[in-house]
Amino acid sequence: MPQNMALRLDLHEAPLARTIQQRLRVDVRACYQCGRCTAGCPVAYAMDAGPHQILRGIQLEQLDWVLSRNTYWICASCVTCTTRCPCEVDVARVMDGLRELALEKGIRPSEQTVKVFHEVFLEWVRRTGRMYEAGLVGLYNLRSRELLASADLVLPMLAHNKVPLLPRRYPAQPEVERIFERARALEGKR
Amino acid sequence: MTRYGYYPGCSLEGTAREYDVSTRIACQELGIELQELDGWSCCGASSAHATRYWLSLALPARNLRLAQEQGFSALVAPCAMCYARLRHTQHALRDPQVREQVNALLDRPLQETEVRVHSLVDLFSEEERLNLLRSKVRRDLSGLRLACYYGCLLVRPPEILEPDDPEYPMMMDRIVEATGATVVDWPLKTECCGGSLALSRTDIALELTRRLLEDAVRRGANAIVTACPMCHANLDMRQEQINRRYGTRLALPVLYFTQLVGLATGHTPKELLLHHHLVEPWKLLAQVGVTA
Amino acid sequence: MARVGVFVCHCGSNIAATVDVAKVAEEAAKMDHVVYATHYLYMCSTPGQELIQQKIQEYNLDRVVVAACSPRMHERTFRKATAQGGLNPYLMEQANIREHDSWVHAEIPVATEKAIEIVRMAVAKAVGLAPLEAAQVGVTKRCLVIGGGIAGVQAALDVAEAGYEVVIVEREPSLGGHMAQLDKTFPTLDCSACILTPKLVDAAQHPKIKLYTYSEVVGVKGFVGNFQVTIRRKPRYVDEKLCTGCGICWNNCPLRPRVQEDGTVKGGFPSKFEANLGRRAAIYVPFAQAVPLVPVIDTEHCTWFVKGGKCGLCAQKCPRGAINYTQSEELVTEPFGAIIVATGFDLFDARALGEYGYGRYPDVITALELERLMNASGPTHGHVLRPSDGRPPKTVVLVSCVGSRDEKIGRPYCSVVCCMYLAKHAIMLKEHDPEVEVYNFYMDIRAAGKDYDEFTRRAIEQYGAHYLRGRVSQVYERDGKLVVEGVDTLIGRPVEIEADLVVLATGITAPEGARELFQTLNISYNQYAFINEAHPKLQPVETNTDGILLAGCVTGPKDIPATVAQASGAAAKAIGILSKDALVANPMVAEVNERECVGCQLCVQVCPYHAIEMTTTRRGKSVAHVNPSVCKGCGLCVNACRGAAINLKGFTDQQLVGQVAALFAEPLAD
Repeated sequence: MPQNMALRLDLHEAPLARTIQQRLRVDVRACYQCGRCTAGCPVAYAMDAGPHQILRGIQLEQLDWVLSRNTYWICASCVTCTTRCPCEVDVARVMDGLRELALEKGIRPSEQTVKVFHEVFLEWVRRTGRMYEAGLVGLYNLRSRELLASADLVLPMLAHNKVPLLPRRYPAQPEVERIFERARALEGKR
Repeated sequence: MTRYGYYPGCSLEGTAREYDVSTRIACQELGIELQELDGWSCCGASSAHATRYWLSLALPARNLRLAQEQGFSALVAPCAMCYARLRHTQHALRDPQVREQVNALLDRPLQETEVRVHSLVDLFSEEERLNLLRSKVRRDLSGLRLACYYGCLLVRPPEILEPDDPEYPMMMDRIVEATGATVVDWPLKTECCGGSLALSRTDIALELTRRLLEDAVRRGANAIVTACPMCHANLDMRQEQINRRYGTRLALPVLYFTQLVGLATGHTPKELLLHHHLVEPWKLLAQVGVTA
Repeated sequence: MARVGVFVCHCGSNIAATVDVAKVAEEAAKMDHVVYATHYLYMCSTPGQELIQQKIQEYNLDRVVVAACSPRMHERTFRKATAQGGLNPYLMEQANIREHDSWVHAEIPVATEKAIEIVRMAVAKAVGLAPLEAAQVGVTKRCLVIGGGIAGVQAALDVAEAGYEVVIVEREPSLGGHMAQLDKTFPTLDCSACILTPKLVDAAQHPKIKLYTYSEVVGVKGFVGNFQVTIRRKPRYVDEKLCTGCGICWNNCPLRPRVQEDGTVKGGFPSKFEANLGRRAAIYVPFAQAVPLVPVIDTEHCTWFVKGGKCGLCAQKCPRGAINYTQSEELVTEPFGAIIVATGFDLFDARALGEYGYGRYPDVITALELERLMNASGPTHGHVLRPSDGRPPKTVVLVSCVGSRDEKIGRPYCSVVCCMYLAKHAIMLKEHDPEVEVYNFYMDIRAAGKDYDEFTRRAIEQYGAHYLRGRVSQVYERDGKLVVEGVDTLIGRPVEIEADLVVLATGITAPEGARELFQTLNISYNQYAFINEAHPKLQPVETNTDGILLAGCVTGPKDIPATVAQASGAAAKAIGILSKDALVANPMVAEVNERECVGCQLCVQVCPYHAIEMTTTRRGKSVAHVNPSVCKGCGLCVNACRGAAINLKGFTDQQLVGQVAALFAEPLAD
């Protein structure tokens, strides 16, 4: 969408709002744009659009614009927005839903590292049945190509007995892996 | 002794081992019998709910089912993240359609009874336990001026987590008060520390954490107490990085509230693994007559 | 055989476009008992009504059926036309072929057939109608006004000026209500007390007005024209007849507040009138111009009451011997013909929204508290000073919609006045100290009144108030400043302001005890305990109970001009009732067949109007009796009666069965 064009509005159908309503049970029409979500958002300063603008984008069916913001990747899931929303809109849930939607549509995340972090985290859970912290950092560094991320923490951590365990498969792992597979199949149905 | 199922969660086996150890000690003191859930698995934490909704329900649901199968009527999850995810899942499962869907993702379906999920902070802040705690205090910790940090996951959303007050919770403050330590009134006690972005957007986590630490210091706190391993990792381990980035000189010890309970009831810092923290609390502890 | 005339209305095209009216008239003419049928463009028009009168005479009709709109719309019109034709007006039956037919069907054959069926049923019912006579009841020519704020006082003055006796019952020790607490009024910036207190004095001195202050309504019986109201008069422990309001008692009370050398005030108790920012003695008047200027004793704190007879200084000092510690509560019952409810409002308790820090930080105050701080006779003598340290603030943040437009806490409605009073506060803060910076967080500026928007623009353009479009998320204290975390949605970024004083525009709520009072009065109210008008557009000052009228914020948030206008409207309605020597009752009421009644009292329980009482017949049998003046003809008792001993006149079982039978008398065409 060229930056200098007026938004094309055609609100006869509302596929985006409907998707949000059906999947997340959030009705964005309830939002009257008071901006309180953005006012209380601790990470809004790092976003290229405030949460209220994302909700407005959904109201106006601007799917491409919404998904190309970094807002929902920056969101730290602190849930302050949902807690204080006077219209009972679960804004934090909308952020979760947009992440899923973007991944489904194969849109390259504006915050690649956030996506990699979540993937790596879940991969360790799937492989071992539990999250493996040392492995999480290692694999994250590899995949995000930030090889030295958190490297300055290694020595102090070792010095304070935060010695990593070795990875192992827990007895729960087989069922956990099956849960991952079944969930993937369910997500694929969409 | 009241018997509770115990769900430590992954962090308490790793970087937050001191939380696990001190939880067991504090519960022993306060008449709470913990029995670790057999075969527990990860709750999926923020990554599951951030990107894969059904997984974020099925992973905690598996642990809730284990608790049912092992005959626990109540489950304690000291990790704020695990606590929040378990409570979110229970909330979602009250919808029969969601429940059916989640059951289909598990090897065996959930049973009907709902297990009560506790955060440990809620259990410790019950009035009779506070009285018990007061009666067991062996050390004068009044020289500790502590800011209680609740973070996000003990309080929000309040409809699901049911804290005493989502905007100004006092549960942990009351526990700290009962140990005899001094509570510092802290308006930022529920502000986010950016923990979920600590690896992926470290700059944001450092900025948010700096704001919290500086504000706690400004208000006269000489340490922070918390109940969240993710917050703890962020607040404790990142201070050097913050100092380098912002030119600050922060060195504020961050304790788990269970360690404080352990200290008050006469346990040694070593038992409570206080040497595991990156910001060493020795100087502070020496001020109140506790030596390593 | 009855002689029925049927008149089918076109209602322009409302009916005629969907219903073949000529066919309906044609079919009606064939029905049993019908001796005449016709159709006409507008039956409610003068020629339409004359048509009915004329045909009654011409065909010697004894029943009239008008097939037209809903009875709610024109039943009175057609009854009147029937009466003018020489028939008892209750021998007219209206068939609704508009709302029940033409408006809800699209196809002409279907709608026409249905219209014929409806008319057939109406004819059957009409045949069974009996003439009814309306009873007349006398009127007590006195008006009760509940609430002595600006609404109640205005209504009382208007009714009294028309020559009728008025009693004002006010819960607080003085008249005046919230308006007395305000400093200035928008958009004219009149001094609130200056325009209000003359009215209070007028009311107090009016020969036709009697005041019961420090009193509450506890019981209401009767019906329009004849209410019996019980009023509880709380003891003031001061004799109103003897007291001159000289002030010796409250100036000598040992528990009075005293100004210290450093300017702070010690002692006394928080004054409700001063929004708890000022202090008063244990014997006090709420404010200097209180009406009546008679103090009350606060028994929770007064040493005489707390320590059982110790102190007694006020009694010793009173030159008139007006102090009476043994006064007790008094119940008085008085008759009234009309009641005006003007019980006003309370303000939302901002403590319920912990994120704003009200109650935790002294410099987070409500707008009403700011009114008192600005007022020359207020606790700071009109200097706007921070409650925490008594210093003048240099940065003030105004927060709109605190407890308004908030679905989360169950208050989705707009409080109407806040946008305007915040504009006033912005102007007044600048007037008090031009150095102050004022920031106003708003969501929408609701300034839909005469000169209102201009006033808001003046705050922005002339006085330089900074309006920020967005809602505040939280307020917390840091280094003696209040950090306000807000947003400007127009620029799309969060904003943070370090303020010295934060003013919360707390919304309007129903006052404490409103539900209980409205239940006592038997008038309906909504989920927020605001009274439902009899009709939201066309009967805005009436309730669903005849003779009980409304004024001011009892129906929802309102500004002063709207409140005063409504008060005068309610007064006019009250005068309309009181000016009659007798009222005509609706004759379509329930009637108990005493022989069938077994005295089970179920009807007494279900009657929403308390119209049914038990009486004893001459033979000593306990039976139900319907008071025809109170009965609204709703029919609940008819349904509840297990022995079918109750009938509703105009809707008797016989009439209704006839109506239904007519529907099934002929098989419906496919």
